[in-house]
Amino acid sequence: MLARDDQDSLKNTPLHGLHVSLGGKMVPFAGYDMPVQYPAGVLKEHLHTRSSAGLFDVSHMGQLALRPKSGNVEDAARALERLVPQDIVAIAPGRQRYAQFTNPDGGILDDLVVANFGDHLFLVVNAACKAEDEAHLRAHLSGDCIIEHLQDRALIALQGPKAEGVLAKLCAEAPAMKFMDAGPHKVAGLDCFVSRSGYTGEDGFEISVPAADAERLAKTLLDNPDVMPIGLGARDSLRLEAGLCLYGHDIDTATTPVEAALEWSVQKSRRSGGARAGGFPGAEKILAHFDNGASRRRVGLRAEGRAPVREGALLFADVAGGEPIGKVTSGGFGPSLSAPVAMGYVPTASSVLDTKLFAEVRGQRLPLTVAAMPFVKNTYKR
Amino acid sequence: MTTTLYTSDHEWLAIDGDVATVGITDYAQSQLGDVVFVELPKVGRSLKKAEAAAVVESVKAASDVYAPVTGEVLETNDALAAEPALVNSDAQGKAWFFKIKMADKSELGGLMDEAAYKAHTA
Repeated sequence: MLARDDQDSLKNTPLHGLHVSLGGKMVPFAGYDMPVQYPAGVLKEHLHTRSSAGLFDVSHMGQLALRPKSGNVEDAARALERLVPQDIVAIAPGRQRYAQFTNPDGGILDDLVVANFGDHLFLVVNAACKAEDEAHLRAHLSGDCIIEHLQDRALIALQGPKAEGVLAKLCAEAPAMKFMDAGPHKVAGLDCFVSRSGYTGEDGFEISVPAADAERLAKTLLDNPDVMPIGLGARDSLRLEAGLCLYGHDIDTATTPVEAALEWSVQKSRRSGGARAGGFPGAEKILAHFDNGASRRRVGLRAEGRAPVREGALLFADVAGGEPIGKVTSGGFGPSLSAPVAMGYVPTASSVLDTKLFAEVRGQRLPLTVAAMPFVKNTYKR
Repeated sequence: MTTTLYTSDHEWLAIDGDVATVGITDYAQSQLGDVVFVELPKVGRSLKKAEAAAVVESVKAASDVYAPVTGEVLETNDALAAEPALVNSDAQGKAWFFKIKMADKSELGGLMDEAAYKAHTA
């Protein structure tokens, strides 16, 4: 149990009162008192999101506006390219892209989403990293941009096959949006930023709403019988089945985007031979990994038995003896597959699909197979 | 006539002569959430009191189940391998974990009766 002092130092999101009234089981997460599950439980919440629609409070995440001092959004995009290996200039107005802040060693400081709102960029970063991210942006981009931490906004994710139908009743433009479209829209008459994206592998939306209106919007969405509130427990099992990285676990300052199997997120224009190759922290190492390969790689892992293989489990090439060749970085039970799923890092030679490995769990070596991710087919509206 | 006793680690023991049937309490399952995997001790294994004897895993986490008494495992509940969710639906009935032949019944002295356990979890 937490001491009273620790409880008191936890922050609340604008939806905290709603979580408590819905029976949420509250736990500390990234400095916030957050619901890990509601009375339905992780399993039902997970499956409901895959079959209907789930509502997630992700207001603990950081929302930032990057406004170009010149008035030209391309100048903000060029400035941000000094900190990330992505092509930010090419993000069209009304679109967004997945990115990473890298460090001089080629490691990942945080992963984020960058949207072009026409006259400025809108960034969503991880809760645990948001103070450092803001300081990083101020240290490097203050010459070109005004950096605004939007602390008066909540963030609500609505995910699942029925999310479109639910949101359409409150936002007529929602159904026409495609995966990774993003921009200001009215939702239930409120001034929101809506993107068609998420962290579950399902079609869905993320809605940034003024903090003062957040509870009203969440209640309106929950009034729809298709929508169930979903806690952090199911958020984690959903993203794991979708093969998506959790910062601080599957990616961190010791992993490059190439080792993390995130090559798809680095556009050709920023790679060797590209129009704006390099020019981001750690470019030398990251581009060398692109050009020559990395010695290890993040892979998906499926178990033969039913025992979950969790974060920290050591990976071995053989059923007995030998040194560990890698480690599980995320793992658990995949409710949609009714089977354990995991991801971890292994030597590149062992990263080939169908490679047989072993994970040490409570002194026993359990057989695993390197498997394609996502584990559950994603349903994005492209 | 069996007597049911409880540990502070949220195990229950149904005592019948020198054999105890062991499981986790309804309170424990409600705290764990949806159980997806149970690992049971091998029949014939000698367990010392407070030794990790079984593992129960929810979607979120793995938890140890400790031997509440010293003794030898006589039988395990194979139904849990096929249907771990029994732990959620019938923790103090069909979802027993194992039966143990107690080596020293005086170890039962430190355990709680139902009223004391209820107070413990209140």
